[in-house]
Amino acid sequence: MATVRLAFSPAPVHVRTARLVGVAVARRAGVREDLLDEVRLAIGEACTRAVALHRQYGLTDPVLVEMSDAGTYAVRVVDRAPIETGIGLAALDADQLANESLNEDDLTTGVGFALLAGFVEDLQVRPVDDGIGTEVRMVWPLGR
Amino acid sequence: MELSLATRTVGEHTVLEVGGEVDVYTAPRLRERLLELIDGGARHVIVDLGRVDFLDSTGLGVLVGALKRLRTADGTFALVCDKEPLLKIFRITALDQVFPLHPTVEAATGAGA
Repeated sequence: MATVRLAFSPAPVHVRTARLVGVAVARRAGVREDLLDEVRLAIGEACTRAVALHRQYGLTDPVLVEMSDAGTYAVRVVDRAPIETGIGLAALDADQLANESLNEDDLTTGVGFALLAGFVEDLQVRPVDDGIGTEVRMVWPLGR
Repeated sequence: MELSLATRTVGEHTVLEVGGEVDVYTAPRLRERLLELIDGGARHVIVDLGRVDFLDSTGLGVLVGALKRLRTADGTFALVCDKEPLLKIFRITALDQVFPLHPTVEAATGAGA
């Protein structure tokens, strides 16, 4: 059972709200202060990815963010895009990043995954159990 | 905090001072401003991230776009950043190997950015 559940229409303006709520719940749950910047960035990246997928597929379904603090601080960000496009971690190296032929959207996606993988030790990207879509699951330890 | 953008000139350099949060919602404004500057003839652009509290992949994508645009126009592009949380973002994404990064505007202009 999630401690806090947030559903927002897939618009960029709401990603900031999701970040603020995610960090507020993390602080309340007892995530260490020095991890909160990483929590904020990771939740933002996961939500940005979900919003981009919904917009790419013309989906108006809400993006779902669930936060729970049962032993650890776990955040699930759920999109409803076709799974074949929703999964795949593509880290780019410096040469690829600087390559003139790489467009900004692909670069942003690659950089977003690099940030998620770099800032979240316990990260899973997998199909949702019910229906179409993927979930990004991120876990941080509790305790000061 | 909302995005803030201010431009000043230092010698032949155009310095864009960015403040607040650069994310998927605000990054389009940063892109527009950089395009305005480059299309307006700026060829040596320095983006000062000194007052940025948050920067995500969308903002990074915009900065890389400006770097590439200036390279093809025989210009230069550099960033000013001395905040460890932001520097960590550049390291994790390997973008510290793509951007010239300087701790101050003076260092950036002195480096011939």
